[in-house]
Amino acid sequence: MLGNLLRRPESGAFLGLLGMFVFFTIFGGFGFLTIGSVGAWMNIAAGLGIIAIPIGLLMIAGELDISVGSMVPAGSMTTAIIAGHYQLPIWIAIAAVFLLGIVVGLINGNLVVRTAVPSFIVTLGTLFAMAGFILGLSVIITGTTSVAITAPPLAKAIFGDLYFGKQFQIIIAWWLAAAVAYVFFVHYSKYGNWIFAMGGDREAARNAGVPTKRLTITLFVLSATSAAFVGMCQAILFNSAQVSGGQSYIFNSIIAVVVGGVLLTGGFGSVIGILFGTITFAIVTQGIYYTNFDRNWSSLIIGVLLLAAVLMNNTFRNMALTYTPKKKLK
Amino acid sequence: MNAPILELEHINKSFGPIEVLNDISLQVRGGEVLCLLGDNGAGKSTLIKILSGVYIPSSGTVRMDGAPVTFKNPREASDRGIATVHQFGGTFPLMSIGRSFFVGVEPTKGWGPFKVFDRKKANEVAVKAVQDFGITRIDDGDRLVGGLSGGERQSLAIARAVYFGARVLILDEPTAALGVKQAAHVLRIVNQAKKRGLAVIFITHQVMHAMAVGDHFAVLIRGSIAADFKKGERTREQITDLMAGGETMANLEAEIEAHAMPHATN
Repeated sequence: MLGNLLRRPESGAFLGLLGMFVFFTIFGGFGFLTIGSVGAWMNIAAGLGIIAIPIGLLMIAGELDISVGSMVPAGSMTTAIIAGHYQLPIWIAIAAVFLLGIVVGLINGNLVVRTAVPSFIVTLGTLFAMAGFILGLSVIITGTTSVAITAPPLAKAIFGDLYFGKQFQIIIAWWLAAAVAYVFFVHYSKYGNWIFAMGGDREAARNAGVPTKRLTITLFVLSATSAAFVGMCQAILFNSAQVSGGQSYIFNSIIAVVVGGVLLTGGFGSVIGILFGTITFAIVTQGIYYTNFDRNWSSLIIGVLLLAAVLMNNTFRNMALTYTPKKKLK
Repeated sequence: MNAPILELEHINKSFGPIEVLNDISLQVRGGEVLCLLGDNGAGKSTLIKILSGVYIPSSGTVRMDGAPVTFKNPREASDRGIATVHQFGGTFPLMSIGRSFFVGVEPTKGWGPFKVFDRKKANEVAVKAVQDFGITRIDDGDRLVGGLSGGERQSLAIARAVYFGARVLILDEPTAALGVKQAAHVLRIVNQAKKRGLAVIFITHQVMHAMAVGDHFAVLIRGSIAADFKKGERTREQITDLMAGGETMANLEAEIEAHAMPHATN
């Protein structure tokens, strides 16, 4: 039974999470488990997690999307310009955010499947293009790079409010709901099988009848839209939006995904693993405040964690590969 | 003799000015193994790609059951029952046996948007399909394909093709990367597929493997068919000589020795 658990893609991520718990308990007591601090790292994990899951799926499918770094500020600026600067109804802003995500996702996806350019380069292009586009447009429209927005109560309650003693952002609920939906689609429906097949061998998957192009484009639309959604929630939560910021999501999401046991070259991983990876990352960045260490050390911990996770995940994957069932006694 | 399932008539294929295949005519019948022999660069892979729908011939006709067909893509060829199994099985190393078996045609259970992949059924069917071919070592559909031996992976891929109704099985160097025992394994499965009435096209450059299962042989040299003969009509030495381009192996060996002599004296 234990052997079965160890062969799952998320087993390494789970041990990593456990290790971080032990580490911060030893050096910081149970401080990072109080309501306030659980809220703090859950809030971080939620925004990152909504983006990390589709990034992880792209990685399982053998692709990468780093344009999310621009899509987060693009989402929040779109919200703030439409609902804040022009004072239009928030629902128009929300629709525009989704539309923006879909359009950029379609551009990324189509460029990747129609040209032979690797998705890293394609999305590096859209990362800069979108950053410039949003900066240029907001300066033309508003004259500044930071726009205020006051969302009406209903939109605030759904997308950007704090609950349970003002500690937990509503985005946590969105993250967990999205995670449940992703677990179903990736691990229980047939579409998940297609993603893994595509990451394992794209040609063979296509010959077996998997609509690889459509599926790839769909995944890019998911990641761009998710990033824009996170940006929108931030604008509504903080009542303002900035052009900068968001670049940290690029590396953070990749770290969360890789720590979560997804194979960088595709074909292997799990949504649960990505969840563990995201939480681990968030605990490291927040847990450091409850120890005596200077917070500058947190990057060191993350770097070591990432390397340890990759090595550990390699070991677990080899265990999964070499596993042969014991002869049953009859 | 039954009618041929797949026929090639005067097939030519060129890429720009380079002629790769020249006037190829071949037939393969159900329950028969056609061995396609040839050295590297003889045009074997191009011929396979025409058969499996990757390339369209520059001229000539492909017939299936007597009627001319054109495959625009690999999907069309596989829909017509032509399955290609590549050297490494073309399967997904990090997927479970059950899951990889049903890629693209997943069995589901449940209702509406909540249809779930039927893992139990997929595993049962996949394991049974492989065991029917005599691979009894595979009994757990949750094992990852990458954990199987090369021969087992080939067998799995062949079992999959047969399960999904293949009538023509194209095996591209299935034994090239395998040891003696594993290769024997695969050859046994080729024989089984033949017994089930499939037409098998077996591409190889190992004459021994070809002679173990072949009914009909074609030797390809520089894009043309240099010889076309039935089982028992040539000896192993004759076939090897043919593949080496007409020169006898004995000549070749003499040449190598003559070349080695002056160096050996230093």
